[in-house]
Amino acid sequence: MTRERKPAAGVQAPLPCKSKPADAKPSPVAAPAKRMRKDRVAVAAVAPATPPLELRLLADMLRIRRMEEKCAELYGAGKIRGFLHLYIGEEACATGAMHALAAEDNVVATYREHGHALLRGVGMNAIMAEMFGKAAGCSRGRGGSMHLFDVPRRFYGGNAIVGGGLPLAVGLALADRLQGMRRVTACVFGEGAMAEGAFHESINLAALWQLPVLFCCENNLYAMGTALARSESQTDLCAKAASYRVATFRADGMDVRAVFDTVSRAAKQVREGGGPAFVELQTYRFRAHSMFDPDLYRDKAEIEQWKQRGPIHSFSAQLKTDGRLTEEAFLALDAEAEAEVAAAIAFAEQAPWEPVADLLKDVHTPAGAAEGGAR
Amino acid sequence: MRVSYREAMRLALREALQNDARVFLMGEDVGRYGGSYAVSKGLLEEFGPERIRDTPLSELGFVGAGVGAALGGMLPIVEVMTVNFSLLALDQIVNSASLLRHMSGGQCSVPLVLRMATGAGRQLAAQHSHSLENWYAHIPGIRVLAPATVADARGMLAPALADPDPVVIFEHAQLYNLEDELADNWRCDIAHAAVRRSGTQASVFAYGGCLPKALQAADELVAAGIDVEVVDLRVLRPLDIDTIAASVRRTHRAVVVDEGWRSGSLAAEVIARIVEACFYELDAPPARVCSEEVPIPYAKHLEEAALPQPAKIVAAVKELLNV
Repeated sequence: MTRERKPAAGVQAPLPCKSKPADAKPSPVAAPAKRMRKDRVAVAAVAPATPPLELRLLADMLRIRRMEEKCAELYGAGKIRGFLHLYIGEEACATGAMHALAAEDNVVATYREHGHALLRGVGMNAIMAEMFGKAAGCSRGRGGSMHLFDVPRRFYGGNAIVGGGLPLAVGLALADRLQGMRRVTACVFGEGAMAEGAFHESINLAALWQLPVLFCCENNLYAMGTALARSESQTDLCAKAASYRVATFRADGMDVRAVFDTVSRAAKQVREGGGPAFVELQTYRFRAHSMFDPDLYRDKAEIEQWKQRGPIHSFSAQLKTDGRLTEEAFLALDAEAEAEVAAAIAFAEQAPWEPVADLLKDVHTPAGAAEGGAR
Repeated sequence: MRVSYREAMRLALREALQNDARVFLMGEDVGRYGGSYAVSKGLLEEFGPERIRDTPLSELGFVGAGVGAALGGMLPIVEVMTVNFSLLALDQIVNSASLLRHMSGGQCSVPLVLRMATGAGRQLAAQHSHSLENWYAHIPGIRVLAPATVADARGMLAPALADPDPVVIFEHAQLYNLEDELADNWRCDIAHAAVRRSGTQASVFAYGGCLPKALQAADELVAAGIDVEVVDLRVLRPLDIDTIAASVRRTHRAVVVDEGWRSGSLAAEVIARIVEACFYELDAPPARVCSEEVPIPYAKHLEEAALPQPAKIVAAVKELLNV
């Protein structure tokens, strides 16, 4: 376990990449593919083989990027309204972290959650329809960009109250404990949430009760417009979390492989009963906080410096250098992502609006519906 | 069987814990201390620390954890020491529990029961004495209950747990020592108001800690030859307007008693509903007896003066009848 306790970097300079090269430990995501190749040759011969992890990570970063670029355009065109918080620049975080989790794990996310939802298996069609406010959306058009939900996939939102998802994560983990489930509940939040009481109350409860919660902080250095050093007396976020006696991990959030490896280690520890863990992913958003934000609080040079370390081009360059990716293969992945986005937009465009007569639906559970929790 | 309101609550909790493994109780000092109002006394010994779960002083955290546990398949009963402290958890109640079902397009339910003490009368001053039931009754997605009798203290918890959506139960701190005979038919619904005393000349609507005051006022009025009806609202959201309007149609006069402050009060909502439903049945303008617009003071005589009292209710009814 790496427990780096270096002070956090200042906001003016991008962090040096300090993740260690990936070790060859089998990951929960990679394992089924391996089994398929070794033990089920006959099946593998028929079904297309799962691509190597690296290519899946790259493909998923591209899917998020292309989807969000189109979202920005659609926002300009008036198709998507409300608040839209883009994740562009941060894709390595969601991609590495979501791949490091198992299918049965719970995820509680923030309002910048399009990528997390997508990689937890919420279909791009359903996400795009939700952005459009259509009934075919993953929250039936009642939530919008900030409230993507897929409870059958244990994706518990899309929460637009900073820190608001953290107590929910503690409760989900408590429910698992009381029901004897060995599931991890991952809650994703920004460094801005660490100034909220909800963070402190939640991590204290999780540590006190040794609950299987993975606290996953995407530190993009700005809480809306407020720089880390202007909002935290202690800018070393791992040190802050460590005061609750939880294991802390830090990774370069611009390096998808580092994120994957670090979150895998942290999740393994949580899953094996080691109590909660805290992971800081150091990242940066290339776009403004939301579509309303004129982005006046950041130095343009700082943004440019971080863009040099863009997670997609740096990872694809590395794969090319290693001989594991050709330009053709990259373009093919990109074209696939763009085709998926185009199909999702077409789906959302043609999807019908929910009738106004249904306005009061889903405030209460209808009589006769199954009791409790997810359904 | 003669029991106190507190014991009735405890019987209900014990039954719920015995009947369903998904039920657990969580809150500040519910375990070793036995509950700040001694409601959960003895339950830790019976059910153990996993199900009678002491929490840190962390209302936002443990109420939110209750919401999450409800999402995760449990039936949590979360106790908050007083309604004043519940303000620390308001985000999780209003921004999570009440709206997760709707915001997710109907994908989940939050079968959470939240219990809290409310109300004044024990010289606990402004930060332990308020009645904010109305704040909760404003919120779509939650049900708000105010058991005012020993039978309701015994009976309301089971249907609250059976409700797949969040339910907030307000227990007026002045009622815990109330004793009454617990009849066999204590099982009840959580949908209807109840006529506690039938009458013909005026309807007095009250809930929670004000119900005994309304009944005491009714005794005085009856002794003075005025036949009043007393209706216990019981369910503050959604309001049972049918029972309320039926009473007004019988008596043609309405007084609403509410320990909340007058401005923006639940009493205001009840009167608005009466006016909407049966304006032409009224023989006099509806009246309200609410708390005075002041934080509840410490000094006993001032506290008493700030709150609805039987004498104020008697005076309000007499004024409606011009007697």
